[in-house]
Amino acid sequence: MPTETVSRNVLLIFNREIMYNPVIYQAVMKFGILFNILEARIWPRQEGRLVLQLEGEEKRLEQAISYLEQEKVRVEILAERIKRDLERCVHCGACTGVCKTGALDLDRRSMEVMFDPEKCVLCGQCRMACPMAAMSMASIDMDVLTAR
Amino acid sequence: MSEVRVKKSIEEINRRINQGKAVVVTADEMVDIVAEEGPKNAFKKVDVVTTGTFGTMCSSGAFINFGHTKPKIRASKVWFNEVEAYGGIAAVDCFLGATQVKEEDPLNKVHPGRFEYGGGHVIEDLIAGRSVRFKARGYGTDCYPLRELEKEVCLQDLRNAYLYNPRNAYQNYNTAANLSERTIYTYLGILRPNLGNVNYSTSGQLSPLLNDPFYWTIGVGTRIFLGGAPGVVSWAGTQHDPDVKRGENGVVREGAGTLAVTGDMKEMSPEFIRGASIVGYGCSLMVGLGVPVPIINEDMAYFTGVANRDLFYQVIDYGLDYPNGINRSLGEVSYEQLMSGSIELQGRTVPTAPLASYSMAGRISRILKTWILENRFSLGVPQVPLPTTAFDRDRYPKLNY
Repeated sequence: MPTETVSRNVLLIFNREIMYNPVIYQAVMKFGILFNILEARIWPRQEGRLVLQLEGEEKRLEQAISYLEQEKVRVEILAERIKRDLERCVHCGACTGVCKTGALDLDRRSMEVMFDPEKCVLCGQCRMACPMAAMSMASIDMDVLTAR
Repeated sequence: MSEVRVKKSIEEINRRINQGKAVVVTADEMVDIVAEEGPKNAFKKVDVVTTGTFGTMCSSGAFINFGHTKPKIRASKVWFNEVEAYGGIAAVDCFLGATQVKEEDPLNKVHPGRFEYGGGHVIEDLIAGRSVRFKARGYGTDCYPLRELEKEVCLQDLRNAYLYNPRNAYQNYNTAANLSERTIYTYLGILRPNLGNVNYSTSGQLSPLLNDPFYWTIGVGTRIFLGGAPGVVSWAGTQHDPDVKRGENGVVREGAGTLAVTGDMKEMSPEFIRGASIVGYGCSLMVGLGVPVPIINEDMAYFTGVANRDLFYQVIDYGLDYPNGINRSLGEVSYEQLMSGSIELQGRTVPTAPLASYSMAGRISRILKTWILENRFSLGVPQVPLPTTAFDRDRYPKLNY
């Protein structure tokens, strides 16, 4: 029976107590999900951060995320953290030249910029390219307290 | 121009506008009309074609008179929200340039700099009705004794605030590429190395001056849409150059004509005037501008009917050529290709991105059309023509429609 797979981009934050536990391996083995490392940063003995693309059957994906949280990994769903301020956006399209994933793309009929947060991998390029400061997002360096 | 035959005068068109009889269409609509009916019929049918453009136009700024104080000051140094305006004119007059960056900005010390706030942002803040911190310093004279002044002001407190843009609405503009081996941060956006992408900034068939390639109808005194309000063409823009390469349709194929424009900021809308921060480059202003083009003869119907596939732009290397003043084109592309999302260049498919908003340009052309149809806006009769080039029909075979 073919199963529908979904994809979620997540930021995982490992504090010093758990940062050397192989929890990703465990999640993959237990729930059979796929992962792709988009970005990683480790501050030795302090904190580790990973931006992952997780792919799998939706139920299994949710179970895997619950498992990670149970293991005290902080999970941020990136699509929920990225915002375009439509009052600021003028649909110039500057962001579409730097977006590598197609999250920001022009509708070729209306020539308006379309934004699909599910495709975003937090590279931050659109925020640099946007002359209107319309994009805001979490990044791998985000301040956890202010981002809450 | 002696060789331009006016078959329908601007005065006549204004009478038709007044009587509610004028036929007004946008440049997008005119392309379809001319394609279906030909320029001769389109001329008979259409009186005015409205155009629009919305993009970063650095050569912009505001003349501001902040009104006399008690006691009076001859302000020689002036700041709005820590952005310096030029005070070397009369006592309480100054010029606030769009690209002036806020004091103490780190600029490009950590490259690429973010340039979060500058003159363009002050202009937007004022038009939006937000108050800004105003500071002035004078050296003190018998007639102007005050030496320092600091207060919050908003647009309504200022005696006059006029947008005065020395160069807007560039007729055609470079498409930017990067042949160097590093990412560069330019006024035409972020450009990836080794021809990784190209950026363009023009509104194609909606562009004001591409619809009147020889400036037969646009001149000093032409009334325009500027920042959401009626404005005027006040002179030829700086760098205006009619003597450039033109295609068989008479349309310029590289940067050519420009407009100096003026309007009252107190009537403008922050929707159409926006402060811009261009990473690695600086601050600027996004300007919304539209020009109504009267269809005075069949040729004007032809020109306003020229479509995106027949408008051509030069691709310029901003990695080495442009900064070093080397005048070389990597190739020519049509606006239709640019809009599609990728172009073929030097045997490669290169992704494209715009920096000017085609959707906003379209909106401006539609608003201007509504203004004219509702008789809220009449056409200005040019009092001084813009410098142009001789029109020799034999050089433009496509005009034999």
